[in-house]
Amino acid sequence: MIELYILLGIMIVGAIIAIEIKDLLSSIVAVGAVGLVLSITFLILKAPDVAITQLVVEILALIILIRATLKKDLPFSTSGRWYFNTLITISFVALFFIVGVKCFKDLPAFGYPIMNVAATYLKDGLAQTGATNIVTSVILDYRVFDTLGEATVLFTAVIGVLAIVRSIGRKKQNQKIEEEDE
Amino acid sequence: MSREREKGMSLIVKTITRLTVGLILLYGIYILSHGHISPGGGFAGGVIIALSFVHLMLAYGKETALKKLPKTVMSLFESSGAILFLGIALLGFTGGYFFLNFLPKGQPFRLFSAGIIPFCNIAISLKVGAGLFAIFVALVLLKYEKNKKD
Repeated sequence: MIELYILLGIMIVGAIIAIEIKDLLSSIVAVGAVGLVLSITFLILKAPDVAITQLVVEILALIILIRATLKKDLPFSTSGRWYFNTLITISFVALFFIVGVKCFKDLPAFGYPIMNVAATYLKDGLAQTGATNIVTSVILDYRVFDTLGEATVLFTAVIGVLAIVRSIGRKKQNQKIEEEDE
Repeated sequence: MSREREKGMSLIVKTITRLTVGLILLYGIYILSHGHISPGGGFAGGVIIALSFVHLMLAYGKETALKKLPKTVMSLFESSGAILFLGIALLGFTGGYFFLNFLPKGQPFRLFSAGIIPFCNIAISLKVGAGLFAIFVALVLLKYEKNKKD
């Protein structure tokens, strides 16, 4: 259990570095380090499916972040009402901490869930679905409506992104922009 | 030398990419087709397939990657993935209800087992891979046009 807390500490430190550092590339590298440590944490918690997905999605997100944000000058507003901002931040952190402590007291212990449905899945999953990977048998057989909803969300997101940033609509204003890259 | 070298990255990166991009694509196909036997599945496999095309695009520039996978084929893949997933779900009505696992289960630990689950994995990976690569292409194009206006 101690290595889990070490990884948790590394993640918190990396997240703070990613927020506080001034250089944009270093910040993105810190975000990537947090994602890598999160993937190792999933491996230690014996969830290899989530670890694989976390790793590859993190790589894709980092590439998109680097390509989309690196050349732009994003302004940092460090001056100004820092007293007011710090006061609000500290009060909200304290509020979330108190509410979180109260909520976590009511949760069941780690490894003893409230619902007993997981035990049924583990016992009958192979016989009912034929899939030896229990995670796949849950997300594509027992809980497949969740997967359908997730696929719909992704489809809608792709359509939204392509509709907003497509290049056909802009060409009418200034015709001489052509589609060529690098 | 002149025009070909300017697009994309240096010769070292291009050579390494030529050697590795097929292996990445193959690993993605392995992850998605063995999703019901070992860890992995449609989502992770689709993202790895999209990453292989992103790799190609980062190293060789936009034209080479879009020649391998044009925009029309991309949107066709994404839409057909969604239709395929819904179609598999609707085929369950032949036996009774939505998303019925109507195919024979087969033997455990075999590649062709678990009924409709491998086909669902293939549909999801088509959708996810094409969709994420389309988002990447769209964001790169947006960045380029903003730079051109400045």
